[in-house]
Amino acid sequence: MPEPAISLQRKAYLRRRKQTKSIITVLRIGILVVLFAGWEIAARLGIIDAFIVSSPSRMWNTFINLYQSGDLWLHVSTSVMETVIGFLLGTLTGTAIAILLWLSDFLSRVLDPYLVVLNALPKTALGPIFIVWIGAGPSSIIAMTLAISLIVTILDMHNGFLDTDPEKIRLMRTLGATRKQILIKLVLPANFTTMINALKVNVGLSWVGVIMGEFLVSKAGLGYLIVYGSQVFKMDLVMTTVMILAIAAALMYQCILWLEKVMKKHMGVTV
Amino acid sequence: MIVQLDNVDLTYQAPDGEVDALRGINFEISDGEFVSIVGPSGCGKSSLLSVIAGIEPASAGSVYVDGDAVTAPSPKIGYMPQKDQLFPWRTIWANVTLGLELQHQNTAERQEHVRELLARYGLSEFVQKIPSQLSGGMRQRCALIRTLATDPKILLLDEPFSALDYQTRLSVSADIYAIIRQEHKTALLVTHDISESISLSDRIIVLCKRPGAVKAIHNLKDLTEISPMQRRDHPAFRTYFNTIWKELGVNA
Repeated sequence: MPEPAISLQRKAYLRRRKQTKSIITVLRIGILVVLFAGWEIAARLGIIDAFIVSSPSRMWNTFINLYQSGDLWLHVSTSVMETVIGFLLGTLTGTAIAILLWLSDFLSRVLDPYLVVLNALPKTALGPIFIVWIGAGPSSIIAMTLAISLIVTILDMHNGFLDTDPEKIRLMRTLGATRKQILIKLVLPANFTTMINALKVNVGLSWVGVIMGEFLVSKAGLGYLIVYGSQVFKMDLVMTTVMILAIAAALMYQCILWLEKVMKKHMGVTV
Repeated sequence: MIVQLDNVDLTYQAPDGEVDALRGINFEISDGEFVSIVGPSGCGKSSLLSVIAGIEPASAGSVYVDGDAVTAPSPKIGYMPQKDQLFPWRTIWANVTLGLELQHQNTAERQEHVRELLARYGLSEFVQKIPSQLSGGMRQRCALIRTLATDPKILLLDEPFSALDYQTRLSVSADIYAIIRQEHKTALLVTHDISESISLSDRIIVLCKRPGAVKAIHNLKDLTEISPMQRRDHPAFRTYFNTIWKELGVNA
């Protein structure tokens, strides 16, 4: 079969598009390379103090040491574990409470001022309380994570539920739908995007909670490594850990994007 | 009589006072009739449909559908909303059987009926598609089939064409009209479009502004034998239009 003829303008347009795309990719990688190369060179030439700001080669050595001693896996898995539990718990509990508030407008009006105050409160202030109540350990850190992500999830999900098209609810009611049917067959699927957005926000918030929690009390985890490194003035360790943290957080966010794609495919539609 | 309204009042309670939405509404619709309700915006047209559909209790008076007093939504009533309101996450099949699913009537026999309707109106090949893959007119047909699936005695059409552009609106309303006639259904259409009501109905009920009350009822006996498109060219069309226009007092 002969290829359909492409006009010259179309060719030029496609070429320009491809060019722009490759320039963006090159620049993205270039910025990283220039930044790290400059950092390394400045450290080697003594322009900056590598003891204070570390350098890519020192960070790499630290990373290899961590890996060989087996500590790397322990700290990464501890933090990742706490984060995953935190954001799953935050999203699920938040959604469940949002459902209760949607089911009872009365309850939502009663609880409204509490939610507003709790939302405004800096949740890190609760950290020491959790440690006293729950004890030093992963449970306190997860509680911290939950405190940070829960209220936002409740508010966002509840708003999403309330935004469900009233005409669709009217249609459901004329078809004789019960409140439970309206919830399961209309409100929840209509808020699929709200839920995915809550997950995305909660991944970030859970990392905040975990690192904060680990700063306060921990024996392992990336937050622990950062605090420990700064206390013994091993800035190489601190900088390396921050890098690992950046990569772990980015990977986890990618997982959510992937989950979103899979779920959309499973539901058969893009909502 | 399929539908009978007996002195229906509807009053809303709001913090700053009472709102009289409907007062003393009386009318009847017989089997197979196509009746329109026209009125200025805010005359309580949609509220009236809510009362007949059983999702809003009347403050006074009673509504009977097929002999039974309406107190809650019932399968005897089929409601067709503004826009098609098909759920984007469901396939066409899952959308048109929504009512059956909600009423736990999703039996093989009922499904066969839905399949027949889809085949009769040229939608069979689209059952596994999602709503966004269909044209506006086809989506409107699906919405009608979703309403017909539960085999209601009366169809309540709540300005179902108002979201469509003018061209589509003419063809879709003629299309929906033809299906309703072919299925021998009784229909009550709410609209603010005078031309639409004259081109589709056997009778037109004119409501006046708040509180909504019946101002006039027109029997379109000289138009009922011809199609919606032909009616627009009939000499009587203009006469009805002018009469109803004056009754609505739109320029007042």
